[in-house]
Amino acid sequence: MTNGAELTVTGVDRAFGGVYAVRDVTLSVAPGELRAVIGPNGAGKSTLFALIGGQLAPQAGEVRLDGARIDRLSAHRRARLGISVVFQAARIFHGMTALENVMVGAHATNGAGFLAGALRLPVHHREERLIRERALECLARAGIADWADRPAEELPLGQQRALQLARALCAQPRLLLLDEPASGLRAGERERLATLIGELRAEGLTMLLVEHDVAFVMRLADRVTVLDLGGVIAEGTAAEVRADPRVIAAYLGAAPEETGPEAAAAAATATATATETQTATGGERDAGTAARAAEDQGQQNAGVREDSASARKGAEP
Amino acid sequence: MSDLLGYIVTGLGIGAGFALVASGLVAIYRVTRVVNFAQGAFAVLAAMLTASLLGSGVPHGVAELGGVALGAITGLLVGVVAIGRPGTSPGTSLIVTLGLGVLAYAIEILIWGDQPRSYPGVPGVAEVGGARLQAHYLLIVAVTGPVFAVMAWFFARTDLGKALSACASNRYAAQVVGIDVRRMGLLAFAIGGALGGLAGVLTTPVQQVTFDSDVALIVNGFAAAVLGGLTRPGVALAGGLLLGVAQTLVAGYGGGAYQVEVALVLMLTVMIVQAARTGPVAETAR
Repeated sequence: MTNGAELTVTGVDRAFGGVYAVRDVTLSVAPGELRAVIGPNGAGKSTLFALIGGQLAPQAGEVRLDGARIDRLSAHRRARLGISVVFQAARIFHGMTALENVMVGAHATNGAGFLAGALRLPVHHREERLIRERALECLARAGIADWADRPAEELPLGQQRALQLARALCAQPRLLLLDEPASGLRAGERERLATLIGELRAEGLTMLLVEHDVAFVMRLADRVTVLDLGGVIAEGTAAEVRADPRVIAAYLGAAPEETGPEAAAAAATATATATETQTATGGERDAGTAARAAEDQGQQNAGVREDSASARKGAEP
Repeated sequence: MSDLLGYIVTGLGIGAGFALVASGLVAIYRVTRVVNFAQGAFAVLAAMLTASLLGSGVPHGVAELGGVALGAITGLLVGVVAIGRPGTSPGTSLIVTLGLGVLAYAIEILIWGDQPRSYPGVPGVAEVGGARLQAHYLLIVAVTGPVFAVMAWFFARTDLGKALSACASNRYAAQVVGIDVRRMGLLAFAIGGALGGLAGVLTTPVQQVTFDSDVALIVNGFAAAVLGGLTRPGVALAGGLLLGVAQTLVAGYGGGAYQVEVALVLMLTVMIVQAARTGPVAETAR
């Protein structure tokens, strides 16, 4: 039903103040594939997402969608090519209802234009009705149909996250980028999200999923790419990645020699947390469990970092 | 008593000019996060052009529309220079608008000289509840009211207005749903220019315009806009009207020399109260 796009990332670099957040990353996602991107905190997952979504431009390398280069296009042009993004933070439009939040993007990209809307031409009415129907459908799929006419800022956090997903689906994307969609959701919400992602995959939508909950990812994804220190260290099926010694090393802290003191310190913390978790869960020696503990540890830091970044820019309300 | 009513209506007329300048500032700030210090220049340029057009025989109505159109075009040009380059920070853009405002002085003096100009508005004297005042003040109020109503409808009800509001609310999210944030910023500058131009065109018959009239307009307009944290057009309207009435009352019962000081004291008070209430960090983060 959906015509999923092919995504090719070739040798992209992005540095901040001389420190590489992403370095020489290459990955290729087939049409209709659900690819997970995991990695310890600071591995460059969010930067990679921003490079694909267009919030950042790469300093080297190429990003292609169905073979066409998109790495120099602005975020809104990429959105019009069929890339939809669900941010980790609930980035919704305040001062509008949930339904209006979902419809505003479709309006911005529709054909009839402003004049037809202002003059209330019949063509506008037809499009308006189609967009509204589609938006209500997307709200229902995201499980928040009952909230359609409520001001978006009044929605509970879980529903605001679902609203972002509904908004992304309403654009009828061919590539969906999901940045930690399950973080902060309750068990029931998480289950519903997993079901929805499964449905979307069955429909043939290409998806890229960053998630801290490694178990969540391993269950859903066709293939998994593991990032560490800005580079790809492993790629394969969930089972292959789970068994990869470099992945275990990256998560458990037996880091290769070239890593700096900062990484070593982070790894030490991860190991400590992992050990605690193992004791708590009866010593289950599973890279997934340990990794999840490490990621939970890192989550707070990631949140703080993003907040301070947006405060510096002063662009976020 | 009749004096008081006269002062209030006159004040509303003057305040409407401030409110228009303020709402232009708000429209631009909400969408682009840029405080546009060239806002007063839109009014001066529009008024000067209207005076010239009327002087060369263009009929009323057409000349005024020409002035407003020049305001919109100037707004667009200022926008292109201030935010046209991707990645320009709002702080940098603010300095650019300040520079363009000074450049506007030079252009105005070059074309129109440094003498004050004016043109006749609605002639005669009107009586409101026993108070006598220039009839033109009623026109100012009569035009400003519907303009604000149309703006409210535009931003809340039309697709384009909603796209502008989306940029104002969250520019990252606006981009990922396919809205061209930079283009919306330019549109906001054009709208701000038109509103500033309208302020100049409407108030010139009762207050002569000179190249440096923009100072009084920007001080009062900014004071009104800052009442609503630069983001609430309704509050900016109320603030502009309040300032206008306060100044007329001060001029009527006290001394006319203290008009600008009233605006400055009011603005400072609001900023201090707001800073104390929300804290400086929250204020910049917005």
